[in-house]
Amino acid sequence: MFSAAAAGFVHALRRMGSRTTAIVSWLGYATRFSIAVIRETPAAFSRFSLTMREIYFSGVLSLVIILVSGLFVGMVLALQGYDVLQRYGAAESLGVLVALSLVRELGPVVAGLLFASRAGSAITAEIGLMKATEQLSAMEMMAVDPLARVVAPRFWGGIISMPLLAALFSTLGVFGAYIVGVKLIGIDAGAFWGNMQAGVDFRYDIVNGVIKSIVFGVAVSMLAVFEGYDAKPTAEGVSTATTRTVVESSLAILGLDFVLTVFMFRGVA
Amino acid sequence: MSRSTLDLWVGAFVALGIAAILFLALKVGNLIDFASAPGYRLEARFDNIGGLKLRASVKAAGVVVGRVESIKLDPATYQAVVTLRIDQGYQFTADTIASILTSGLLGDVYIGLDPGGDPKMLADGEKVAKTQSGIVLEKLIGQFLFDKAATGSAK
Amino acid sequence: MSASIAPASAPPKAQSDFAVELADVTFAYDRRPVLTGISMQIPRGGVVGIMGGSGCGKTTILRLIGGQLKPNSGRVLVAGESVPDLDREGLHLMRRRLGMLFQFGALFTDMSVYENIAFALREHTDLPEELIRDLVLMKLHAVGLRGASRLMPSELSGGMARRVALARAIALDPMLVLYDEPFAGLDPISLGVVGQLIRRLSDALGITSLVVTHDIYESLKIVDYLYFVSEGKIIAQGTPAEVRASGDGFVRQFVDGAPDGPVPFHYPAAPYRSELLARV
Repeated sequence: MFSAAAAGFVHALRRMGSRTTAIVSWLGYATRFSIAVIRETPAAFSRFSLTMREIYFSGVLSLVIILVSGLFVGMVLALQGYDVLQRYGAAESLGVLVALSLVRELGPVVAGLLFASRAGSAITAEIGLMKATEQLSAMEMMAVDPLARVVAPRFWGGIISMPLLAALFSTLGVFGAYIVGVKLIGIDAGAFWGNMQAGVDFRYDIVNGVIKSIVFGVAVSMLAVFEGYDAKPTAEGVSTATTRTVVESSLAILGLDFVLTVFMFRGVA
Repeated sequence: MSRSTLDLWVGAFVALGIAAILFLALKVGNLIDFASAPGYRLEARFDNIGGLKLRASVKAAGVVVGRVESIKLDPATYQAVVTLRIDQGYQFTADTIASILTSGLLGDVYIGLDPGGDPKMLADGEKVAKTQSGIVLEKLIGQFLFDKAATGSAK
Repeated sequence: MSASIAPASAPPKAQSDFAVELADVTFAYDRRPVLTGISMQIPRGGVVGIMGGSGCGKTTILRLIGGQLKPNSGRVLVAGESVPDLDREGLHLMRRRLGMLFQFGALFTDMSVYENIAFALREHTDLPEELIRDLVLMKLHAVGLRGASRLMPSELSGGMARRVALARAIALDPMLVLYDEPFAGLDPISLGVVGQLIRRLSDALGITSLVVTHDIYESLKIVDYLYFVSEGKIIAQGTPAEVRASGDGFVRQFVDGAPDGPVPFHYPAAPYRSELLARV
C-alpha cells in the first residue's frame, strides 16, 4: 500500500516534470520563432506595401473601437473624478487627473487590450487559417518564405499601429473629459487646460506612455503571429489559437505594465 | 481595395496618430512651454517655500508671467534658492517682492510678484531682494496657540 | 509482379536521368513509423501514380521529395541532387524547379486568380508586367480558365479552383510537378478535365508528373506507371495493363473496390459473440 502511494507520488512528479519540460520547450520554440521573425525585418520593409496593408488591417480598422472607447473612458473618468475632487474643492484639477490617468496608464493599457482582442485575434485567425488550408505550405513549396511574406509584415504592422492607437485613445479621452467637465459640469476651461499643462510633463509622462504602447505593441503582435503560425490546422485549432492570443496578450500587457510602471514612475512627486 | 485607396487610408491613419501625439505633447503636456517662449531668469531666496513645486506659476496681479524652473537648497545659508523663468515681455522693478501664496485655502501654491516704484528693472540672472516665505500650516497653528496662550497669561 | 519501368524503346538510362529517386527511405512521425523502406525510380517525362489507402504515407513521400521533411534514413534525389542535404539556398533553387498542386488547391484567398498565378512570377523573376500578363493568360488558357482571371478564389467552384491551382503549379515551367490528391471531391466532369489536363500538360511541356491519389479509375486512364503503398512499403507496382491483370490480393481489392480482402473490413475488436454475451 505504501509502495502504491509512493508510485502515485512519483507518477504525479513525473507528470509535473513533463508539464514543466513541455512549457520550457514551448518557450524555447517561441523564442526561436521570434528570432526568425525579427530576422525577416528587412523583408517587411523592403516590400513596404505588404506592411502598409497590415497597418491598414490592424490600425485603420481598429480606429472606430479605439476612438469610441477613448471618448467614453474619458467621459466616465471626468464624471467619477469630479465627484471625488469636488469634495476637496479641487475640481479644477480634473484636467490633470484625467490627462495623467490616460497618458500614463489607460491609454497604452486599454488601447492595448482592445487592440489585442480586435487586431491580434484577427491576425491569429488569418495566419491559422492560411496554415489550415495549406496556403503557407504552398508558399513554402514555391520557394517563398512565409515568415518573410506573411508573418513579418503583420508583426510590424501591429507594432507601428499600436502607439498611434494609444495616442488617439488618450486624445479622445481628454476631449471626452473636456466635454463632460467643462461643457456639461461647468468647470472653468482655463483652469482645466492650465492645470493640465502644468501637471503633465512631456518627457516624464507622454514619452513614457508612448514607450509603454510600443512595448505592448511588440508583445501583442509577436503573440498573435506566433499563435497563428503554431495553430493546429483544424477549425478548433484556429479557434483555440485566437482565444490564446487574446488571453496571453492581455496578461502580457498587464504584467508588462506593472514592470514598466515600477521602472518609469518610481519617485513620483 | 485598390493600392491608392489603401495608401490614402494608411497615410491618413498615421497622420492622425502623429497629430494625436503632438496634441498630447503641446496642449496636454508642456513641451512648448519651456522650450520656445523667450524669457529670462530671476533668483529668489526663501526661508521656507511651503508647498511650492516645480513648474508652479509665477503671477503678477493674478496674471501668469512665468514658471518656477528649479528649487534648490543653499548648503551654506540653508535657504531655498528658487529660479524663476519670466516671459520676455514682462519687466519687474528692482524692489519687487516675491511671495509664496496659495490660491484658495487648499489650492495650488504659486509665487506672486509685487513690484514697487524703483525706476531700475531686474535683469537676467539677478536676485529678487525681498521675499516672503510660504505659509506652513503647523507653524500658523502653533503661532495662534502661542498668541492665545500669551494673551491668556497676560490677563 | 514487379516489372521494370523502362518502356521497350527507350535507351538505357543513366543514374541522373531519373527525375526522382528514392532509395530505402524510412520516415517516422515522432515514434510512429510511416515509411519503412521505400525505393522508387521515376524517369523524366511521363505520369507516375502513387496509390494506397488513407494515411499510408503517400503525402509523406511528396513532402520528402519537396524537402518539407527529412527522411530518417535512405536517399531522396531530385534530378540527381540529394534533397535532405540541401542548404537553404539550394532548397530555394530546387523548389523553383518544382510545382505542387495541393489537395483542394490551397489558393491564396486574399488574391485574385490572376494574382495567384502571377505570384511565383513576381517573386522569382524580374519580368515586366506586360510579359507576366502574357504568361499568366497563357497558363490560364492551358487550363481553360482565361476568362476567370479576375475572380477571387471564394467565387470558384471546386473544379475551377483545382484547375487554377494547376495553372499556378506550372507558372514557372517546372521540370517536376507533384499532385496531392488532385481528384479529391470533384464531380465527374471536373474529374475528367483535371485528369486530361495532367496528362496533356505532361506530354506537351515535358514535365514529370507524380500523382498521389486513391482514384483508381482515373489513374489507370492517365498514368504510365503505378506504385501501391501499404503499411510503409511498396507492395506492388506496374503499368496500368499489368495492374488490371494483376493477381495480387491487395491490388485486386484496390482495383475492384472490394470491401474485404488484405485490407480488412472490420477494425480489430474482440470476438463478436463474446462482446454480445459479456456483462456490461
